[in-house]
Amino acid sequence: MKQGPTMIDLAIKFGFLALMAGLIVFFSITAEGFLTPFSAVFILQSVAITGILALGVTSTLVVGGFDLSIGAVATSALMLSSYVMVVWEMNAFWAVTFSLMMGAFVGFLNGVLIVKMRVPDLLATLGMMFLLIGAQRIPTEGRSISTGMALPDGSIAIGTFSQAFLMLGRHRIGDLVPLSVVFLILIAIAVWVFLELTRHGRLMYAIGSNAQAASLAGTNVNRYKIVAYMISGTLASVGGILLAARLGRGDVASGNNLLLDSVAAALIGFAVLGASKPNAFGTAIGALFVGILLQGLTMLNAPYYTQDFIKGAVLVVALMFTFALSGRTGRGRI
Amino acid sequence: MSEPAIQLSDVRKAFGQNQVLRGIDLDIPAGQVTVLMGANGAGKSTLVKVLCGVHSADGGAVRLDGEAFAPATPSEALRAGVVTVHQSINDGVVPDLDVASNLLLDTLASGAGTFLKRREMREKARAIAAAVGLEIDVTRQVADLSLADRQLVSIARAMAHAPKLLILDEPTSSLSAVEADRLFDLIEMLRASGVAILYISHRMSDIRRLADRILSMRDGRIIGTFEEKPLDYSGAVRAMLGHEMTEVDIRVPARGKPVMEIRDLVLREGAAPFSITAHENEVIAVAGLVGSGKSAFASVLFGLEPPVSGEMRLDGAPHLPANAREAIRAGVFMCPRDRLVNAVVPEFDITENITLPFTRRHARGSFLSFRSERGTARRMISDMGVVCQGADDGILTLSGGNQQKVMVARWMAEASRLLILDEPFQGVDIQARRDIGRKIRETAPARGTIVFVAELDEALEVADRILVMSEHSVVGDHRNENIDVSAIMAEVVDAAAARAAGQ
Repeated sequence: MKQGPTMIDLAIKFGFLALMAGLIVFFSITAEGFLTPFSAVFILQSVAITGILALGVTSTLVVGGFDLSIGAVATSALMLSSYVMVVWEMNAFWAVTFSLMMGAFVGFLNGVLIVKMRVPDLLATLGMMFLLIGAQRIPTEGRSISTGMALPDGSIAIGTFSQAFLMLGRHRIGDLVPLSVVFLILIAIAVWVFLELTRHGRLMYAIGSNAQAASLAGTNVNRYKIVAYMISGTLASVGGILLAARLGRGDVASGNNLLLDSVAAALIGFAVLGASKPNAFGTAIGALFVGILLQGLTMLNAPYYTQDFIKGAVLVVALMFTFALSGRTGRGRI
Repeated sequence: MSEPAIQLSDVRKAFGQNQVLRGIDLDIPAGQVTVLMGANGAGKSTLVKVLCGVHSADGGAVRLDGEAFAPATPSEALRAGVVTVHQSINDGVVPDLDVASNLLLDTLASGAGTFLKRREMREKARAIAAAVGLEIDVTRQVADLSLADRQLVSIARAMAHAPKLLILDEPTSSLSAVEADRLFDLIEMLRASGVAILYISHRMSDIRRLADRILSMRDGRIIGTFEEKPLDYSGAVRAMLGHEMTEVDIRVPARGKPVMEIRDLVLREGAAPFSITAHENEVIAVAGLVGSGKSAFASVLFGLEPPVSGEMRLDGAPHLPANAREAIRAGVFMCPRDRLVNAVVPEFDITENITLPFTRRHARGSFLSFRSERGTARRMISDMGVVCQGADDGILTLSGGNQQKVMVARWMAEASRLLILDEPFQGVDIQARRDIGRKIRETAPARGTIVFVAELDEALEVADRILVMSEHSVVGDHRNENIDVSAIMAEVVDAAAARAAGQ
């Protein structure tokens, strides 16, 4: 009965990787200096933060949910870590700890809204997104945070970004590989191991595929869903911390594209190796794909304002690979 | 005898390998209520969907008022005069709109003009409501109405099409007795006005009140037509549940020690309490019509719902699980009904589907041992005789019978104290049914086993002991030896008589 793979099977399975390989070949021929270690590192650095956020979104997609608040969580972590150091004059450890706790707590709230209050996931996390975008501006009356800024009570903030904190975003190992890239790789491996090799990941996939069946098989569906949103919130705050460390100031205007980019990476990940489902490896490849595309186009002097259009086009094509070509039912609801 | 409004001859429908309608021949005369009875999986819903244009038949002919009728879409069926009121009431109404908009929804959807004329709509809507004797304020939101009123609105809306055939699919399943009475009055009025009515129900009280004729359906065929007065209700039920003598020869073994002792259990307010003990090495089958409380009983045992009152003891210790997890931990497993909704994880392969409840046993710390999982899956595949290419086949590539074997295998892979199987033979072919039944009996010695069945044949094939449920209580308890099938039938059909006989 077993037939050899058809052209369509091959296209589904390897189409996206072939497209990426083709893209690399194309850019290395047309764009001078594309195929160098420096360029590779630059691409990795540009995707590190969105990649980490995308891995968080992936964990919510796995349980059949969605997290629109990740971008806002990341910028909140950016503002919070800056505030802790600059206004409260505490060290890097506390800046990181508070931010991670904030991210986990927001994820917990998202999860509770969704499983206990039965708010649909898109709406709950959308609401949380607006709430956070507003909340992060209140303590500084809408201004960016930097050393020497005037506080609402008239005093001057004299705290500074500690060197240890700035290292997180700026240090390069051997003067080449940025620390943030190391974080991305470690987190990607950790999420992959969690989803593919542990029973918790297995049960989360079961919930995403048929929550009722998972529940009747004794799975604590609500707890796993909350955990998925907590992973998402925590990873989003990691992204925010790295962004703060790279920028060196609590910039209210940064991070606008985080949500779009990371959601795109996670959804593109559906198409990698014909998985038709959210997966950590695919998400990492998806982030890389977007990074390569944008870096190559930049080196070819394509104007910056075409970038969003190109990202959108890539996303649409990837979704076509996933849903139309594979003909499997897929996950209709995204 | 009036003209048949609709005539079906040799209508067939299959989904993949699964033959659901195997040649339906039936007439539905105008001005009469034709009741269609059939157990779960008999093919009633598919038949309705063919008539109302959701599915198209693979073969056979349907004639509506003498003309060929093969609707490609529900709206085509509607225009031709076949109107369907579905079981779930909210399928028939749009809760967020007012009554008038709902009554005129089909005209709105077919779309003449763009802007709504409120006043005109209200007047039209009032006329439609009045035509079916529905007294209701047409400006009210449907969401604010009672279930019965919503039901009546959806019927009134249907009647605006001057239907030739009205199909009601278990319309009273969520109505109170008083609400149902209003519906019956309306149905009687429609019957008098010459509409052909196909009424699908399991409630004997509804059927006694309304039926002019009864058709019994089983395994995709009409196997009994009852139209001589007085109607032979128990004959109709017997035909639907079936009791051809089965080839399986059950020898009732000596039963072991008690596993689950149930004392004075009350499943819902007002239901009679019952006491049952399930033993090791004993397979109990529970028979009864849909709505007789079988599902409620299974849910209580598995911790999905609390009982109203009563006591359950598992191996002597109190058993009152708060959820499925606690039940499983205590050793009470349940293979649920409707596998595609409640059991199958479509994105998983056979192995992952089998090990789902017991990933802990296949994990060191949190890390899964794929080797251990595969070992279990291979063992269960060969034990159950699952026809597949390998343990990593996607579950949806299997036939219905093999999917069901995997679902049963899931719960037999680990030892249980009490195994509950809720309609394990639903939508499986005869061979798979035999295989599953044999496996249930083979593995029975070390645990108690309760099988909820849709058809009596299934009970006769698999059980040592057959319980009959009616009105959310157990009304009969029979040893499966030289069994008096007609006594069971009587209990299934008529609870009151059975209760008197059982005491």
